[in-house]
Amino acid sequence: MTVHTRHGDASDGVLAEAVGGRLSRVDGPAKITGAARYAVEQQLEGLLYGALVESTIAAGKVRAIDVTQAEAAPGVVKVLTPDTIMSLRTASDWFGTPPPDKPYCPLARDITFSGQHVAAVIAGTFEQAVAAAALVKVSYDETPAIVDLSDGKAGDGIPIDAMTKEWGDAASAFASAPVRICAAYNTPREYQAPMEPHGLIAHWQGDHLTVWEPSQWLDGMARTYAEWFEVPFENVRLVSPYIGGGFGSKALALSHGAVAAGAARMLGRPVRLVMTRPQTFTGYGGRAATRQTVTIGAGHDGVIQSIVHRGVNETSIDGMWVEPLGSVTSIMYATPNFSSKQNVVRVNSVVPGAMRAPGENPSAFGIESAIDELAYEVGIDPLEIRLRNYAEQDPHAKKAWSTRQLREAFAAGAERFGWARRTPQPRSMRDGNHLIGWGVAAGTYPVRRAYGEARVRILADGSVEVESSSIDMGQGTYTILAQTAAETVGVSADDVVVKLGDSRFPRAGVTGGSRLAGVMTGAVYKAATSALDQLVGLAISDPRSPFHALQANTLVVANGRIASPRGEGPDVSIAELLKSVGRDQIEATGDTMPANSTAEDRYKNYTTIAMSLPHTEGDYSRHSWCAHFVEVRVDEDFGTVRVSRVVSALDSGRLYNPKLAESQWKGGIIMGIGQALLEEGIVDRRHGRIVNDNLADYLVPTNADIPDIEVISVGIPDLHSSALGGKGVGELAIVGIAPAIANAVFHATGKRVRDLPITLEKLI
Amino acid sequence: MRDFSYLRATSAEAARQAAALPGAMLLAGGTTLIDLAKCGVAQPDTLVDISHLKGLDRIEVGERGATIGALARMGHVADHADIKSRFPAVSEALWQAASAQIRNMATIGGNLMQRTRCPYFRDPSNFSACNKREPGSGCSAIGGVTRGHAVLGASEACIAMYPGDLAVALVAFDAIVHLGERRLLVDDFFLLPGETPDREHAIEPGEMVTAIEIPSSAAARRSTYLKVRDRQSYEFAAASAAVGLELEADGRTIRDLRVALGGVATKPWRARAVEDALKGKVLEPDAVRAASLLAVEGAVDHGANHYKIELAPRVVARAILKLGDAA
Ligand SMILES: Cc1cc2nc3c(=O)[nH]c(=O)nc-3n(C[C@H](O)[C@H](O)[C@H](O)COP(=O)(O)OP(=O)(O)OC[C@H]3O[C@@H](n4cnc5c(N)ncnc54)[C@H](O)[C@@H]3O)c2cc1C
Ligand code: SF4
Repeated sequence: MTVHTRHGDASDGVLAEAVGGRLSRVDGPAKITGAARYAVEQQLEGLLYGALVESTIAAGKVRAIDVTQAEAAPGVVKVLTPDTIMSLRTASDWFGTPPPDKPYCPLARDITFSGQHVAAVIAGTFEQAVAAAALVKVSYDETPAIVDLSDGKAGDGIPIDAMTKEWGDAASAFASAPVRICAAYNTPREYQAPMEPHGLIAHWQGDHLTVWEPSQWLDGMARTYAEWFEVPFENVRLVSPYIGGGFGSKALALSHGAVAAGAARMLGRPVRLVMTRPQTFTGYGGRAATRQTVTIGAGHDGVIQSIVHRGVNETSIDGMWVEPLGSVTSIMYATPNFSSKQNVVRVNSVVPGAMRAPGENPSAFGIESAIDELAYEVGIDPLEIRLRNYAEQDPHAKKAWSTRQLREAFAAGAERFGWARRTPQPRSMRDGNHLIGWGVAAGTYPVRRAYGEARVRILADGSVEVESSSIDMGQGTYTILAQTAAETVGVSADDVVVKLGDSRFPRAGVTGGSRLAGVMTGAVYKAATSALDQLVGLAISDPRSPFHALQANTLVVANGRIASPRGEGPDVSIAELLKSVGRDQIEATGDTMPANSTAEDRYKNYTTIAMSLPHTEGDYSRHSWCAHFVEVRVDEDFGTVRVSRVVSALDSGRLYNPKLAESQWKGGIIMGIGQALLEEGIVDRRHGRIVNDNLADYLVPTNADIPDIEVISVGIPDLHSSALGGKGVGELAIVGIAPAIANAVFHATGKRVRDLPITLEKLI
Repeated sequence: MRDFSYLRATSAEAARQAAALPGAMLLAGGTTLIDLAKCGVAQPDTLVDISHLKGLDRIEVGERGATIGALARMGHVADHADIKSRFPAVSEALWQAASAQIRNMATIGGNLMQRTRCPYFRDPSNFSACNKREPGSGCSAIGGVTRGHAVLGASEACIAMYPGDLAVALVAFDAIVHLGERRLLVDDFFLLPGETPDREHAIEPGEMVTAIEIPSSAAARRSTYLKVRDRQSYEFAAASAAVGLELEADGRTIRDLRVALGGVATKPWRARAVEDALKGKVLEPDAVRAASLLAVEGAVDHGANHYKIELAPRVVARAILKLGDAA
C-alpha cells in the first residue's frame, strides 16, 4: 500500500508528523476513495465461492446430511460434510499449549450450539453457493440445551481458581462493617459487530498456503493454519493490510477459515468464504454474558473496609472462555480486606471471545455501580467517595503504580463538566419532561507489553520504508509508525511508506490488549535508529562521501538532509549521499526481544501470547486510567435514556498522536453508550438461539445517539510501561462508561438499573 | 440457483398485468423486497420493475387534499413544502422512518406494503413455523421473543406488529389508497391477521397501488407524529402516535381529534375511543391523559411486550398535549 497525504496540525506545539503530533490517518484517503483493497476483494484466477450450512438446533447430534439436491444444483463443485472434508490436525491454543494429538474437523457432527457449521457448499459463484447451501438437508437428534446462565440446568459452573484474589478477612470485616451494601449486576451477550464481516480467500500453491483474511494477529493465525494442515509455519502467508473493524474478534483463525482452506486444498483452487451478517453472531463469540455480586462493607465515612466479589461468566460446552470479572474490582479502591472468586458456566453457545476490554469492561460495571450505591447509602458525593478510597498503590499486587493520574483525571473531568453544580438528590434536576442525571465512574486497563520486530529501509530517493506484520484496524498503526520512523531518521512523514499486514514482514504479536502502539513504536524506533546509524556511518567513513574529508564524529539528519551539527561543510540530501557512496538502499531490522533470545523464543513470542510481560512485573503495577462524567436525559413518561454530555479525562501516558488517541477514546465511549443503552443478544429459550442476529435488530448507536464528547488527556510519559512512554489507549475508554451512565440514570430517576442494557421498559 | 426473470415494465398498465401472473412481484425501491429475498422469505419468479415509471411519482397538493403517486420517494414526500405545512404528521412520520439512504430509495407504495419485522418471519431456515409465511405452520413468536410484537389486533395465528410509520398518519386522516380505479380507505386496506395472517392487504392479484390521497382537514394541518424508540434514529417505533387536532374558536374546546397508533398493533391502529372521549371536551392535561388510556383498550401482552401497553397511552397524551400547546 502507499500512504501519503496528511493533514496534521501542530496546535500543541509538536510538529504534526513527529511523535506526539496530530498527524491525520495516513491510510484515510485510500479508505475514503475506495482504493484500499480489503481481504476478500482480491481478484484471483479460478476463484471458487463457499457458503456455510449451520446447525438449527442448539444441542444434539447430526443424524444425516442429505446433499443430493445441493450437489445437483447449478455451479456446485463440492458439498463438504464432516464425512467428506479433509481431516486436519488439532492446533495449539493461543498460549501455545501443545494440542491433543487428534484430528480436527471444522464441520460438526456433535452440535453444541445453534449456528455451528455442519456443512459447506463450494460453487462457481457466490449466488450458486448460497442457493445450494439452502438445499442441504440436515436432520438431527436433538437433546435439551442449556440456554444461558439463568437456565435451571446451568448449575454453578466451574470454579476458576486462578481468578481468586484474596487478602485480609473479607467476610468477617464485611459482617462487622457499619454500612453494608450488596447487589447483583448482569451484562448480556454483546457482539463486536464489525462493519467488515469475517471472511477469507485461501489459496494453495503446492504446500504453500496464502490466506487473505482480516486479522488482528497474522503470526498467530499463520501458526494455527500451519498446524491444522501440518505444513511448516514458513509455508503459510497471511495477508491483511486493512481490517474493517475487529474489536477483538479477528485475532484467531476460526473454523470457517479451516473450511475454506481445507476446500481450497482439496479442490486445488482458491476459495473465498465470507460470513453472512447473521453468521457473525453465531460463528464466533461476542462478549460473554456475566453476573456479579458485589458486597461492600464501609464506615459511615464511606471508607471501604471490605469488598466481597463473586463473578460468573458463560462459556461454551467444549470451549473455555474466562472473562476476568475481578480485574477492576481488585485494584480500583484501597481496601484492607478483599475476596474475589469466579466461576465459569457452560451453556450451549459458541465459545465467547474477546471484545474491547474483556474482563475490565464488565468488572467496572459491577464495582463502579456498587461504589455509587455506597455513596448514596452514606450520603457522600460519588466523586468524593472515590477520592476517599483512592488506592495509593496497587492493593492487590502491593506495588507502586508506574503512573496513576486518576486523581488528576477526576479533577480535570469534574472541572470541565461542572460537577460541583450537581444537586445530590435523585430526581432533583429536570428540564420539562426530562429528568436529568449526572453520573461519574472510573475505568482502567492494564498495560500489556510484548516484543515486536520491524524493518526500516532508507531508499535511493531518500524515502523511508517500514515493514511489519503488525496491523492497522483503524487505530492508526500506519500513522504512528510513519511518525516514529520520520522523527527517528530525520525525514518528513510524507516520505515514509509504512507496509503492514503481511506475515512475510518482520513479526509482531497479537494486536489486542491495547499493546501494539507501545510495542511497535519501540521496534520501529530501534530499527530506524540502526538504519540512521548506518547512514551516518557511511557518510562519515565512506571515501566517496562528501563528508569524508570533514572527519566528523557525527552528523545530523533533518528534513531529509544530512549536515554536520554545526553546519560547516556540505549539506546534501539523503538521496545525494546514497548516490555518492553507490548504495541503492540501507536496511536495518530491529526488535525489542531480550538480547539472548533464541529462534524458538521468537517463534513463541510472535505466535502465542505466552510471553507477554505481566503488567505487575518488577517493582511496578502498570495501568491506564480514566474518569468519565456523563449527563443523561430520561424522558419521565417514556423511559427513554439519551446521553446528552460526556466529559472524560484519561491517562494513557504519553500520546504518540493525540488526534488518533482521542479518536480511539471517543470510539470506546461510543461503544460504551451502546453497551449501556442498546446492545443485547436476545436468546429464544426454546431454540437456544439469538434472534436479533442482524444490524436492524441488534442495535448499535447511531450518530443521533451520540452527543458531543469531550476527552482530556491527563497522562504523563510512563517509561516503565513502554520505550517511548505511552500506556494503552484503545480499550481504556469503554471501561467505566456503562456504570457512569447507570449512575447518571439513578441520579435522574432514583431507579438503579443493574442489568444492561438500560432499555425503556426498565424505567417506565 | 434460483433463477427468476426481471421485467422492466413499460407502463403502469403493463406492470399491473405482468404482476397478475402467479409468482410475479412488483419491484419499486427494493428496500423491503430485496431484503426479504435475501433471507429466503420472498421467492419471486418474476420481478416487475416499476421504479422508473414516469407519472407515478407526482406529489400534488391542492385545496381538497394531497395526492401522492405510488412511486414518490419517501424522502421527497417528507421534504415537500406543502406536505410539511398541510400534513405535518405525514412529513414527520416519513423523516423519522428508516435512514436517509433508505428514504431516498424507498417509495410510498412500497412503504405501505412493507412486511413485519417479526424476527421469526424473517428467518425461515431456523424457524419453520410462521403462519404469515407458511399458512398453517404455526407461530414461532408466541412463547418466544416478543418484545417487538403487537399488543393490539393480534390473533392466535399471528401477533406480528405492523412496523411502518407513514400508514399510521394516513389512517388518522382517513387517507384513501388508489388501486388504479378502485379506492379504499387506508384503514380498510390493512387487514387484521385473524386466521389468515398471510393476507395483509385488501389488494387483489393484478392490482397495484397507484397513489394515495389524503383529504385536507384542519386536524391534518395541526398534526404531529411522535415516535418513541430505543434508538434515537434508524429504528422502528416502540410506540408512536399520529395525532391531529382542531379546536373550537374558544381555543380550548376540541372540535376534531384524530389519533392513530404505531408500533403496537398488527395494523396501523386508529384509536377512535380516544377521539370520541375528547371531542367536545376542553383540552386539559388530566382529561387527555385519562382518555389516552382508551387507546389500548383490549390490549393483550405476551410478556416482554407488556411495556407497550403502558407506553402507548403516554405517547398519545404527549402528542395531543403538544399540539394543544399544553404539554
Ligand atoms: C433497516 C430498515 C429500517 C427501516 N425502518 C423503517 C421505519 O423506521 N419506518 C418505516 O415506516 N419503514 C421503515 N423501513 C421500511 C421501508 O420504509 C420500506 O422498506 C420501504 O418503504 C419500502 O419501499 P420500496 O419502494 O423499497 O419497496 P419494495 O421493496 O420495492 O417493495 C415492497 C413490497 O411492496 C410491493 N410493492 C411495491 N410497490 C408497489 C405498488 N405500487 N403496488 C403494490 N405493491 C407494491 C412489492 O412487490 C413488495 O412486496 C425500514 C427498512 C429497513 C430496511
Ligand atoms: S407473529 Fe406472525 S409473523 Fe411472527 S412468527 Fe408468528 S405468525 Fe409468523
